Amino acid sequence: MNPSPVSPLLNIHDLRVVYLTTRGPVKAVDGVSFAIQPGEVVGLAGESGSGKSTIAHAILRILHPPALITGGQALFGNRDIMKMDDAELGQFRWSNISIVFQSAMNSLNPVMKIRDQLLDVMLQHGLSKADANKRALDLFKLVGIDPQRLNTYPHQLSGGMRQRAVIAIALALNPPLLIMDEPTTALDVVVQKDILQQIAVLREKMGFSILFITHDLSLLVEFSTHIAIMYAGEIVEQAPARELFSNPLHPYTLGLMNSFPSISGEKHKLTGIPGSPPDLVMPPSGCRFHPRCPKVMPICSETTPVTKSISPGHLVACHLY
Amino acid sequence: MDQLEIPATNILDVRGLTKHFPVGTFLKTRQIHAVEDVSFTLKRGQVVALVGESGSGKTTTIRMVARLIPVTHGEIFFESANILNTEPHKASMDYRSKVQLIFQDPFASLNAVHTIEHHLARPLIIHKIATGRQEIHDRVCDLLETVDIKPAAEIAHRYPHQLSGGQRQRVAIARALAVDPKLILADEPISMLDVSIRMGILNLISRLKEERGISYVYITHDLASARYIGDQIMVMYAGHVVEGGNSEEIMGGAVHPYTQLLLSAVPDPRSGLRTLKGTGTHGEVPSLIDPLPGCPFAARCPKVMSICHQRMPEQTGVTLGHWVRCHLFSS
Repeated sequence: MNPSPVSPLLNIHDLRVVYLTTRGPVKAVDGVSFAIQPGEVVGLAGESGSGKSTIAHAILRILHPPALITGGQALFGNRDIMKMDDAELGQFRWSNISIVFQSAMNSLNPVMKIRDQLLDVMLQHGLSKADANKRALDLFKLVGIDPQRLNTYPHQLSGGMRQRAVIAIALALNPPLLIMDEPTTALDVVVQKDILQQIAVLREKMGFSILFITHDLSLLVEFSTHIAIMYAGEIVEQAPARELFSNPLHPYTLGLMNSFPSISGEKHKLTGIPGSPPDLVMPPSGCRFHPRCPKVMPICSETTPVTKSISPGHLVACHLY
Repeated sequence: MDQLEIPATNILDVRGLTKHFPVGTFLKTRQIHAVEDVSFTLKRGQVVALVGESGSGKTTTIRMVARLIPVTHGEIFFESANILNTEPHKASMDYRSKVQLIFQDPFASLNAVHTIEHHLARPLIIHKIATGRQEIHDRVCDLLETVDIKPAAEIAHRYPHQLSGGQRQRVAIARALAVDPKLILADEPISMLDVSIRMGILNLISRLKEERGISYVYITHDLASARYIGDQIMVMYAGHVVEGGNSEEIMGGAVHPYTQLLLSAVPDPRSGLRTLKGTGTHGEVPSLIDPLPGCPFAARCPKVMSICHQRMPEQTGVTLGHWVRCHLFSS
């Protein structure tokens, strides 16, 4: 996310997505910019409705009406994903960027064996059947499932194993970027930890980058190298994970940090954040967080704060700075 | 069990609670052992947190305590009375006014076609707490103000879809408070809510405990929130309570291998930044259908012994008020 001489793997610039509703356009993603460097794990954190998943879907161009991408670029190398035609996208998706969705149960076809679902993506991208079968075996070993399970249907696997199978499918073509949209939210903590550990090991071995989307900030601090905090369709703060954890600046980030009780250390009262997230048909004027902000100033309701760089890689959009 | 030693300070005393659900066909019936021999006590004005993964039997346990489903074995003592003896078939109105439930999903627990006032007026009318339109309206407004919903008179006329998730959960809490309960069973009350508003709900629950002396059974899969709100923590695994005690004791000195595994899996930024390393495949929860004898955690336990496959360990004290069911500690 920091400007560095290495060219980023993916560079999102001023991305805008609206949902057309009868009440008017909902600005779900409003001018979002960030970059993913090779080998990074970028965490995108925010509450439901903040636009995290919309960004993931927009990057892969899998949004359907009433969602509409109204502006911005997504540069992968020197190619803009937003300008690709359908044929290009068909080849680009999965071999360059793949995605793991939240609910494995909904992303696997219940009437197809896991093996066929794995082969499907590889055959589509030109592998021979023999190679694809061999790769399927390797992939299952890689994600820690007994390869004999290839011949089962999704309902015969536990939730954790289904999510592992989905990860195997996502890694089938060895993509340089993996988008994970709340991959472990539906799973129990022990299974979640197992799967994340496995992904961390695979990432070291295979060298892919990850865009990790979650509402669980404490998980991100452990898992990612960079974190971007979203609120009401905008990125309010982004920084390297350690920097964000030790020196959070935006009042919303501080509020989020104050919303997770801890299992260790001094027990003190946590306040959370008063109020609830805004209606994006009519977002608040100025800074969208100002109605809930404990440090609100007169200017906050008048002008939208610009994003400023506080230290290398640490960007914040707040009138306090 | 000896019925004489139930101290009056205990509002709820659950002993050997067991629930089996039959599955399969008429000729080949098998039993899902959803809850097996669960015992715990809850002191007046305290919160006991039942913590466990999905399928561990937390919800089934409180559904039995709420008398929504019949009990297979075991006893429930509420305010020193063995309620399965005193009201064996159906919970009395009195019991239902003293024990209330809050559900996980505030989008499903309120009826979309009725106003908030209707939801809160129903218990007031059924339990004959208020009569007459004005008195009911005043009580409804009081209840809404108690849970910090303002302006109460205006919101009382709204429908559930006009409220945010946090407000809806507050209405669900207000509905439970309408009958002035002594015990509230809260089934994952914050897990469906946005992270920034969860603490507000937990703080409201704590405040009602302080102000009104309400006791709670709080169900969660999240150890951190269990510690935040719970005086006692009971850790459940595959239908059994495997360890229980004072919440700080459990957090700092958990001895059961499962509790330790669960604690190690919780992301905790305040404990310092850790990087996820290693490939731990810890296996899966065993099937609850006609389970094998012995400790349910034996198949995944790093410290498993041969006796663990033979029988379930008895409850053993670790320190005062902290006990465990594990053969490592059986004398």
